[in-house]
Amino acid sequence: MHMADALISPAVGVTMWAATAGLTLYSAKKLKENPDDSQTPLMGVLGAFIFAAQMINFTIPATGSSGHLGGGMILAVLLGPYAAFITLASVLTVQALFFADGGLLALGCNIFNLGFFPCFIAYPFIYKQIAGDRPTRHRILAGAIAASILGLQMGAFGVVLETLFSGISELPFVTFLLLMQPIHLAIGIVEGLVTAAVVTFIWKARPEILNMAGAARPIGRLDIKNVLAGLLVVAAVTGGILSWFASDHPDGLEWSMFHTSGKEKLEPAEKGLHSLFARLQEKTAFLPDYGFMKVEPDKPSKHEASAAPEKKEPWPAVSAGTSVSGLVGGTMAMGLAGFIGFALKKRHKQR
Amino acid sequence: MAKIASSFLDISYLDSLSCQQSPIHRLDPRAKVIATAFFIVSVVSFGKYEITGLIPFFLYPIVLIALGDLPLVYLLKKILLAAPFAVFIGMFNPLIDRAILMNLGPVGISGGWISFASIMLRFVLTVSAVLALIASTGFASICMSLEKMGAPNSFAVQLLFLYRYIFVLTDEASRMVRARALRAFEGKGMGFKVFTSMIGQLLLRALDRAQRIHLAMRCRGFDGEIRVFRQLTFGRHDGAFILGWFMLFVLMRLVDIPQWMGNSVTEFIR
Amino acid sequence: MSHHIVEMKDLHYTYPDGNSALHGVSFRITHGETVAIVGANGAGKSTILLHLNGCLIPETGTVRIGDFPLTRKTLEHVRRTVGMVFQDPDDQLFMPSVYEDVAYGPLNLGLPLEDVEERVVQALSTVGMLHLKDRPPYRLSGGEKRSVAIATVLSMSPSILVMDEPTSNLDPKARRQLIHLLKTFEHTIILATHDLDMVLDLCSRTIVLKKGRVEADGPTRDILQNQELLDACRLEKPLQLQSCPICNPGSGMQ
Repeated sequence: MHMADALISPAVGVTMWAATAGLTLYSAKKLKENPDDSQTPLMGVLGAFIFAAQMINFTIPATGSSGHLGGGMILAVLLGPYAAFITLASVLTVQALFFADGGLLALGCNIFNLGFFPCFIAYPFIYKQIAGDRPTRHRILAGAIAASILGLQMGAFGVVLETLFSGISELPFVTFLLLMQPIHLAIGIVEGLVTAAVVTFIWKARPEILNMAGAARPIGRLDIKNVLAGLLVVAAVTGGILSWFASDHPDGLEWSMFHTSGKEKLEPAEKGLHSLFARLQEKTAFLPDYGFMKVEPDKPSKHEASAAPEKKEPWPAVSAGTSVSGLVGGTMAMGLAGFIGFALKKRHKQR
Repeated sequence: MAKIASSFLDISYLDSLSCQQSPIHRLDPRAKVIATAFFIVSVVSFGKYEITGLIPFFLYPIVLIALGDLPLVYLLKKILLAAPFAVFIGMFNPLIDRAILMNLGPVGISGGWISFASIMLRFVLTVSAVLALIASTGFASICMSLEKMGAPNSFAVQLLFLYRYIFVLTDEASRMVRARALRAFEGKGMGFKVFTSMIGQLLLRALDRAQRIHLAMRCRGFDGEIRVFRQLTFGRHDGAFILGWFMLFVLMRLVDIPQWMGNSVTEFIR
Repeated sequence: MSHHIVEMKDLHYTYPDGNSALHGVSFRITHGETVAIVGANGAGKSTILLHLNGCLIPETGTVRIGDFPLTRKTLEHVRRTVGMVFQDPDDQLFMPSVYEDVAYGPLNLGLPLEDVEERVVQALSTVGMLHLKDRPPYRLSGGEKRSVAIATVLSMSPSILVMDEPTSNLDPKARRQLIHLLKTFEHTIILATHDLDMVLDLCSRTIVLKKGRVEADGPTRDILQNQELLDACRLEKPLQLQSCPICNPGSGMQ
């Protein structure tokens, strides 16, 4: 479920980074207001716990596959939303840096998908309402499952949207949706069961931990609304500005700062917005699958200048003549890069 | 069990690589982080059918690896291990986008395959850059640079603490898993009940440990803020590093160098 | 200097989970003494140590460290005077490198950077770990961690050193080095330990605990040869005394 850099576009990446950075700053600020300095080592150790726990697999009966703990919900229960969000963000950062589990640019997306939804939506609005104040075995179970399912569904939907808006993968919206959501429903149920079991374990062994966790970190409804409102504004503004200059067109992004002629500046904007709206239309209409493909035939008409021969695709460079040169040039470039590396290494060793 | 042990060794190995000395290691971590960020944004900003334009970008990770004296085979293995997700999503491209975009002699190559290749190229580029970054910079230095560049102190401290205790807790977890495995004779996997109990125990021990650490911190005067001692100095080398690569990335992004090279060569041949 | 006295008077303590750990502990330790606190697991050793540093506040009774009675207000002063080394060095080494861990205490005390540097070098040299100053703690051996943990406390220049099971998990050589090191210290040293041979080597005085009460308090030699007392408190004679024919007439080698 971790997004990779290879599948996102700068517009999506930067937007989500902005959103995540905003959330992180906000959470850090909120943590400062709560003068509990025992949280510092607690967050670190619990993050390490999540890490270690994710390495332990259990078998899911009747399927032969294995599952493991995600951890977002447990962190939220033990730490409250703000600390849990920061802890999850740190775990994902380490995963991205050391295990290439999600890219650096995609880190913003991943922290948002896997952190925001469980900590700021599923936990306060579902788990806490059901099992927060007066936990019983059944309430914990119900709350954990419902919250996990919702959190994961929203996270998975986030992945789908981010992939879609990036325009790198060809996966059509509905197909991807039909792929991701059911899988994550199953994962959500399992996660909910594990979370419930662990929380129940703690509740039975050391109930005071849960009591302290719940009481010490109040989150008024007002706070969440502020968070959501702020996020929407940030996302809309950043995304809007960036998509104005971007085009999710196979042509690739046109960086406005590098264009000199005014005409070229206008066109991408139109195309960008146009295809954005076109896709929105496709989505809201109940057309399956090839909605993405349907948009494309419109595009060549806007590209008279870059006439490609027999094919209807608009990408000018990919035509018969240039492809051979492209191969030759590509091989040469690769060889050159490799040679430079080799030479550098030799020189370095000689020193 | 093997997964725990191998991940522990992985992190430890990557971090020990960062203790080597080389021109790359000596750069300020902020310079490397910023340059890598430019790199990633440049690479992913290409259109989905781009292949030749991406190739010159290999220069960046290659230079980092060569000058930083990093083990190439090890890094390649890690890239391979991380590939499945990108492959899984990317695989749909050839299935869906079937329009032939290019002909190599008699063989027609569909747009889907081209965009798939592009995805894989981006993947190798971005992942190798990140791995080279961590192997030449070290986790603690990256945390410091993040804080200097505006991340909240609590987040940087959280990263450091997390990193510090990953080893301790993965060690505990692997011991528990091993102990169980030695007494499990039927079937190969861990059942749900045992799993929950193990995770629960691990969690309780983690909570106890956190309390003890907090005690130790208070005993040495902890008042809520972690003051970090490390000094970071940003010099001319670092500025030159960032500027140089930035200009090169811009050039490589705007000009399709391999195409140009190829054109020159094929024309020359004719 | 007589003002670094450690005194406990009729200390009682019960843990929040109901475990009643101490039932009236009293003793007085003067400056420069090296004292061992021994007893069975659960006798109350760790609980006493935690009071010495203000980690726990007594239920009833008083604790006095030097000039200060232990109260919430005097905690900071107490913590500058008493340095505590925990049983698990992993709990004590939480910074990214050895240097930063040893610098942590002085930095928190508000010392200027040059002073901090001086103290760190001094502390690490004392324990012989200066060459490891840039190492991250997870790459230290057990003995190295133990030594660095001591350095983290030394850098705060305490006059009283409190240690919980200092020789546990050490190989014989590391253990010997630690005992040697502690012999060179001029601080008041209070150790909670099971290692009775170290107690014999190092400590002039021993306090024996049994179920939260002081069962015996006197010269080490006398206490560790008192078979009845040791048996009653789930202890044994130190190994070096066990095969001595003079101390154990009739037992010999088995």
